This record gives sequence, C-alpha cells and structure tokens, in this order.
Amino acid sequence: MSKRIEAKDLNVYYGDFLAVEGVTMNIEPRSVTALIGPSGCGKSTFIRTLNRMHEVIPGAHVKGQVLLDGDNLYGDGVDPVLVRRQVGMVFQRPNPFPTMSIRDNVLAGVKLNNRRIAKSDAEALVEKSLRGANLWNEVKDRLELPGSGLSGGQQQRLCIARAIAVSPEVLLMDEPCSALDPISTLAIEDLIGELKQEYTIVIVTHNMQQASRVSDSTAFFNIAGTGKPGKLIEYDETTKMFSNPNEKSTEDYVSGRFG
Amino acid sequence: MSSAPAAASPKLRAKGRPADIIFQGISTFAGISILVMLGLVAIFLVVQSIPAFGPDFDVKGTSNFLEYVGPLAFGTVWASFLAMIMAVPVAIGIALFITHFAPRKLASTIGFVIDLLAAVPSVVFGLWGANVLAGFMKPAYAWLSDNLGFIPLFAGTASGTGRTILTASIVLAVMVLPIITALSREVFLQTPRLHEEASLALGATRWEMIKMAVLPFGASGIVSASILGLGRALGETMAIAMVLSPSLVVSFILTSGTNPSTIASNIALSFPEAHGNEVSALIATGLVLFIITILVNGLARWLLGRNPRTGGAK
Repeated sequence: MSKRIEAKDLNVYYGDFLAVEGVTMNIEPRSVTALIGPSGCGKSTFIRTLNRMHEVIPGAHVKGQVLLDGDNLYGDGVDPVLVRRQVGMVFQRPNPFPTMSIRDNVLAGVKLNNRRIAKSDAEALVEKSLRGANLWNEVKDRLELPGSGLSGGQQQRLCIARAIAVSPEVLLMDEPCSALDPISTLAIEDLIGELKQEYTIVIVTHNMQQASRVSDSTAFFNIAGTGKPGKLIEYDETTKMFSNPNEKSTEDYVSGRFG
Repeated sequence: MSSAPAAASPKLRAKGRPADIIFQGISTFAGISILVMLGLVAIFLVVQSIPAFGPDFDVKGTSNFLEYVGPLAFGTVWASFLAMIMAVPVAIGIALFITHFAPRKLASTIGFVIDLLAAVPSVVFGLWGANVLAGFMKPAYAWLSDNLGFIPLFAGTASGTGRTILTASIVLAVMVLPIITALSREVFLQTPRLHEEASLALGATRWEMIKMAVLPFGASGIVSASILGLGRALGETMAIAMVLSPSLVVSFILTSGTNPSTIASNIALSFPEAHGNEVSALIATGLVLFIITILVNGLARWLLGRNPRTGGAK
C-alpha cells in the first residue's frame, strides 16, 4: 500500500519557462516528507509533477524521471489517469463536489473508470474511509447531506477520505491546512501521523512548526530571484534540517531570518 | 463628543453627489422603462384583439378564435420543441469541445464561427431552408415514410417538396444553436478549477471530469441558455414563413407536405391582406404567443428553483 518515490534530475517547464530545475530526491515509503520554501520557489509545481497534475496547465511538461517503486511515471504510454489513481492528492482549499452527498463524495473516485461496487462493499468502504479520515463520528448520521454543508476542516477531511477511498500508494498534500483554523489544522496533523502508517505522504507547507511537527524528512526549495528556476537546496531528516542544516540559507529560512 | 447631534457636525451629513444621483436616476429609469414597454405591448395586444373574441368570428373557414389559434399554437410549440431536441445536445457538445477539448487556436476559431452564425439574418436561413435543405432532405423523407411509415411520426405520403415541419425545425435548430452554444461556453468556462482538479486528481478521465465537475456546475446555465434559445425559436418568423406553406392542421407527422404553421409566420404571411375581423384575430394570436413565451419562461424558472442542489450549485 505504499511506494517509494524517486525523482531523478527533474526539470519542470511551463512552455519555455524553466520553473523547477534539477530536483533529485528519494522519498521513503511510510514516511511524511515536507516541502518548504518561499512562495514561488516551485514546491507546489514539484509536488504536482508527482501525480502529473501539472499537465492540467497547457504547456507544462517535465524532463527527467519520477520513479514510483522503479516505474517511471513519465515513461512511454503511461496513462496519467492511472498515475493519479495511485497517487492521490489533497488541495489547498477543500473541494468536495458541491452537488454530491457526503457518501457520494467519498465514493466519487471509486466509481470512476466504469468500476462497479456492490452496495454493501460501498457502505463498508465509506465507513472505513471516513474513519480513516477521522470524520466518521461527525457525519455518520448525515451521509445523505451535501458535502458543502460541512465546516472547512470537515470538508478537508472529507477530501482526504475521498482520496484514500481509492487506496492510493502515495498521498500528496498541497498546503492542506492553509485555509483552516488552528483546531482543524491540529485534527489534520494528527490524521497525517496516522496515515503515514499506510501511505507515503508528501506535504507542502508554509508553516515551519507544522513541517517540524508532522514530517520525518524535510526538503527546502529556494529561488535565486524572479524569473529564475526553483531549486532543491537541501533535503535531510527533519530534526537535522531544523537544528543543524548544512546550508546557510536553510538555516536562515527555518529560523525566520528570511522569506 | 459622541453625544453631539449630527447637525452639530455638518461635515458628516450626507451630501448629494451629482454623479451618484445622475447614475441612479439613469439606471432606475432604464429599469422602469422595460416594465413600461412590456406593459404597453401587453395592453396593445389585449385591446386590439378584443374584437376577435366576438361571436361573429369568420377567418379562414373557422368559426371561433380557439379553432383558429389552436393549430397555430400547436405548430409553434411543436416546431420549437423539435428544434430544441436537435439544438441543445449539439450546442452543449460544441461548448464542451471549445472549452475542454479543442486546442486553444481551434477553439477560438470555432467560437468565432459560432458567433458569426448568430449574425446571419433569418431571411438567409429561410432561403437556405426552402431552396437547399428542403431539396436535400426530400429523399430522406421519402425513405422514412416508405420504410418507417409504421411509426406515427413518419406516416402517410412524404412531402413532394421537402418543405416539412422537420425541415423548418432543422432551420430553427441551426438558428438557435449559436445563442445556446455561446452561453453554455461562458458557463463551462466558469467551472471552478478546484472542482475540475478534484476529479482529475482522483483519476478521472476528461469525460468523467466533465460529468463530475463541469455539467453539475453548468446545469442551471444550460437551462437558462436553452430558454433563451427557445424564446428565439418560438418567435422566429421569416425562416418558418419561407419554408412552410401555412395550413391550419394539428399533426405530429414530420414528413408530410401538410404542416401546422406557427403563430409568428402566420402573422407575417397573412397580415398584408388581412382586413376587419382578421386583423384582430392575428393580433390575438400574437397575444397567445406572448402568453406561451411567458409560460415557458415561468416553467424554466420553476424548474431551476425546484432543485437548488443542482440549480444553484456554486
């Protein structure tokens, strides 16, 4: 249920513009990896290349490789639809489907690609996914109501339930708490700690405390100036990154003297 | 300080700002004038059509007004209904293609062509329908009534000219296509990126993404666009007048040479030689068309309001 990600000399382009340059990193299975760095440094762009969501933007493409347990996501004939089934994603702002009930939201991914699921299996999966997202007790009596009626934090956990319902190998989170209040943020952070038992998790965050609380490894991205490509500056265990990093700029950033 | 009355600090008193007053006046006048115009049209129609409801009604061999307007009202609704069945799916398809499938250059070209189609005068569509499309469809009608004549829609002998209600509906469909396409395209473009990405990130194909995110979001917009298109189809005059020869029948047959006519085209064709009672009768049919249009609009609004989960989805 959990795979290793290896990025090898990955360059990301928007048209001719080089947005992220030369990222090489190994992301261990069953761990939480935080991507930190100033705005515009390419961490969101990079995380999107891990499930090919960057291709939604016309002209975006990559050079280099991303290996998921050795399989290149950018190999010939690899279907991005199948990549995204293995690599789930949670977004900055909660985005449950507004016209669907809570139950249908959880099952939305499962029913894709003409897959059928027996009614009893569906019920079990809804409960398992919502429990997995620590949401079951709050919504078990109103599964038929629209997902948009939940609070922001609940919606975000609904989105996590929707993502894990398809049993992905990897879960990507692009600033999942940036639109949430501290209590909801704490709920999500606890959840991340539980989810890493089963999934490889990569999280983008602007919150240093959050990175140090939830992650095992941290990658610091930076950008030399406007119009320059973002680069991976340093990647190490979180404790080392926050106490004794090798690079001066990492230390400046995590200690708040920069950015 | 705080207890000082407003009069004590005249600087804080609301001052009429000329630009605000003028702008408010202009927009209020515009808003009221649309109501006044609609009211005047309604009054004109009602007053002028009163004689038609009298006992001595005698127009085109009918003995009362209902007998006269019934087939016309039927023809109007039937032709528009057929046109909408053909136009709405195609329009949605074109709008989806432009917004989600076509490369950007092709999309803007197609969008431009669609907008051009809206600028073609209806007389031109009428000419095309009567002279080109009718002849082109004639063999198809003959085949339909020979082979599928057991279906009531294609019963009887096929039209010898091809100028049937179906030809007229196809012309209508082409005419309402641009307006439905253009409006649907605008709605589809406004689909929140978040929802599109949510479905794609779950592993949806492009079509599944459209089903999950774009169509539910655009449902109310599609209905509104269709209503505007339907309004145009109901009131269309010249194209129908040039394609159909009017006759007062109620018939669902698509391929026959004897067709129901529509209210608007009947007015256009009969008005020049109408006199006396017939003028009132024609204006009364206009009143009926006016009422049909209002009913259709009301029905659409009711449909939209009834289902807030899909209708008001944001």
